[in-house]
Amino acid sequence: MSTNQSEIRYLTPPTVEVKKKKYCRFKKSGIKYIDYKDPEFLKKFVNEQGKILPRRITGTSLKYQRKVATAIKRARHIALLPYVADLLK
Amino acid sequence: MVNQYETVFILTPVLSEAQIKESVEKFEQIITDNGGEIVQKKHWGLKKLAYPIQKKNSGYYHLVEFKSEGTLIDVIETQFRRDEKVLRFLTTKMDKFAVQYADKVRAKSQLTEKS
Repeated sequence: MSTNQSEIRYLTPPTVEVKKKKYCRFKKSGIKYIDYKDPEFLKKFVNEQGKILPRRITGTSLKYQRKVATAIKRARHIALLPYVADLLK
Repeated sequence: MVNQYETVFILTPVLSEAQIKESVEKFEQIITDNGGEIVQKKHWGLKKLAYPIQKKNSGYYHLVEFKSEGTLIDVIETQFRRDEKVLRFLTTKMDKFAVQYADKVRAKSQLTEKS
């Protein structure tokens, strides 16, 4: 009865989630300096309300997360990014 | 100790072309008079602000990169504060990566200008 065992069928096939490993994009592409004068790039690290996204979502390493945060704060000061927004994207 | 600094300032949109030139030159004059050396300057032109400042929705952005002693920063920032035409200013010290990046951007923009 070995054939029978291999023919177990599920009504809903069990989903095997393949987790994509997050990585730090600055380390990967070798970016050393994060420019606060480039709001389009910094928008990748804020949500719709203009809040800075946490590391657990973007996957940025701690070293660069700090630099991203200061760059965003500088960009906000010179009005390139809003402090508060409703629909940024 | 000589450091490299970068200053971005925003002028009010109500100024005429001549007035903008005049005030930009005034600040550059302050830098050079106090022993600073201008590396690069860039006028971004009229840009929309992300949020209103002093009830204005746009402003003229100007960027100056310069090498100087740290004491100059105090001098120029008091001048920025005293000038009513300046909406905002931001001075940052550039580390070696920032200098590298700025050089790269400048080289790129020069290439595109030539072609």
